[in-house]
Amino acid sequence: MQVFEFSKARDVAHAVQLGAQPGAHYLGGGTNLLDLMKGGVERPRSVIDISELPLALVEPLPDGGLRLGALVRNSDAANHPLVRSRYPLLSQAFLAGASPQLRNMATVGGNLLQRTRCGYFTDLSFERCNKRLPGSGCAARDGNNRMHAILGASEACVATNPSDMSVALLALDAVVQVRRRNGARSIPIGHFHRLPGTTPERDTQLQPGELIVSVDLPPPGFAQHCCYLKVRDRASYAFALVSAAVALSLASDEVREARIVLGGVAHKPWRALEAENSLRGTRLAPEDIQAAARLATHDARALSDNAFKIPLAQQVVARALATAAGVT
Amino acid sequence: MDREPPQTLTRRGFLAGGCVAAPALAWVAPAAEPVPEAMPRAPTVSTVLMINGREHQLTLDARVTLLDALREHLGLTGTKKGCDRGQCGACTVLLDGRRVNSCLILAASLGGHAVTTIEGLGTTENLHPVQAAFLAHDGFQCGYCTPGQICSAVGALAELQAGDASAVTTDVRDPRAVAASALEIRERMSGNICRCGAYPFIVAAIEDVVAAGKPA
Repeated sequence: MQVFEFSKARDVAHAVQLGAQPGAHYLGGGTNLLDLMKGGVERPRSVIDISELPLALVEPLPDGGLRLGALVRNSDAANHPLVRSRYPLLSQAFLAGASPQLRNMATVGGNLLQRTRCGYFTDLSFERCNKRLPGSGCAARDGNNRMHAILGASEACVATNPSDMSVALLALDAVVQVRRRNGARSIPIGHFHRLPGTTPERDTQLQPGELIVSVDLPPPGFAQHCCYLKVRDRASYAFALVSAAVALSLASDEVREARIVLGGVAHKPWRALEAENSLRGTRLAPEDIQAAARLATHDARALSDNAFKIPLAQQVVARALATAAGVT
Repeated sequence: MDREPPQTLTRRGFLAGGCVAAPALAWVAPAAEPVPEAMPRAPTVSTVLMINGREHQLTLDARVTLLDALREHLGLTGTKKGCDRGQCGACTVLLDGRRVNSCLILAASLGGHAVTTIEGLGTTENLHPVQAAFLAHDGFQCGYCTPGQICSAVGALAELQAGDASAVTTDVRDPRAVAASALEIRERMSGNICRCGAYPFIVAAIEDVVAAGKPA
């Protein structure tokens, strides 16, 4: 691990002041950052420990929503009574990710920023990775790409975002609250993560030095009809091949609103808007569900090893819709 | 249960003795490695670690993990280093009572928090109920993952007692939906890999502790 200066932030203002230095990196739970530092993928010049900042609260918002502090541990967020009762989709997504030990350390803000597990990115012995070494090429395009993207990929990068939490947050229209020196801003979750384009080294819209302070959930939690379904190579503790966060608002069995977001298929959580719109006004008959599932992968393109992900994604969407509606 | 008296020859003592004998075998050693290039001096940090109820004042390289602080600086070698990347669970300890991977935590960031390692759970004379259950059920073969498995099981039992949900909980909205079934135990122990494959006995040991209603 490369040498770094270590400092503890006293408060948020101190953190964003320290974080503005070139090469600075915030340390929350550390579960992804330390892993990448041990592998030499991340080489911060200074590490700003923010773990003691007062950002670990879950608080109801005046508009009926819920604020998750950036330092709330994944396990605490998953098990908070208000998350379990009002946003069960998010609770399910948290619990589908990582292991209990990792969830006990990993924070909400860190989960938003976790980096791809593309093996060509995480292993320095591979020379080509545009995300790690801009301009070096992409070894995954003509390499082992079974786990890689089928939607929104570019010539430069076919990596996927590994987060389960973020998939549910997109279905729930969450807003990321950010602080920086001399200011603050709100980033809707749909704009937070990026597609790779020609600059895959940037995972998110966050600027250097900006600090996530909370993730805010708007009031409709879709608690009655939701499902987070994750398919992976083993029963537990593995990244998704494909996952889907589905949320439905039903009025006398008719769909008023549907949210369908796919995970494990793109550089960011993938919202299937066409599929959502196709369900409005239907009663979720099997043919409605099948049509929506096909629309969800409408623009999908397979790489050499991951053609299976297209029908798999359709089946995951179909099953998640049926489960959410209670028509299994 | 009959147990053998504590052995006077420990594995660690044997290995340490082996190191002393090493110079005698120096003739088979390869040529000395080239001297590495000078590295920038590593910043050190002072931290106070509370381990198994005892306070330790340490000055460490900022890069030292909790796992390495325990093993290399405090001589607490019960906690094992497996993958060192948060994937195998061998390094699991309890941080303020919650199970965590000690390989992914900087010791410098831990000031004021209480760490419990396998050495702090029980003694040879007075085993923790989970330790006793692992012995009774043969919940191990080589034993390398066992300290992590036991610390993880203690954490899992506390989570079950608190009603925490898991990925196999049928309805996370229902606080009463959490049951300590074998399915739940397997899911909750998935962060601990056992290369010998003692999983069925590990699950049985934990089920036993649940059934006995012993404190976690």
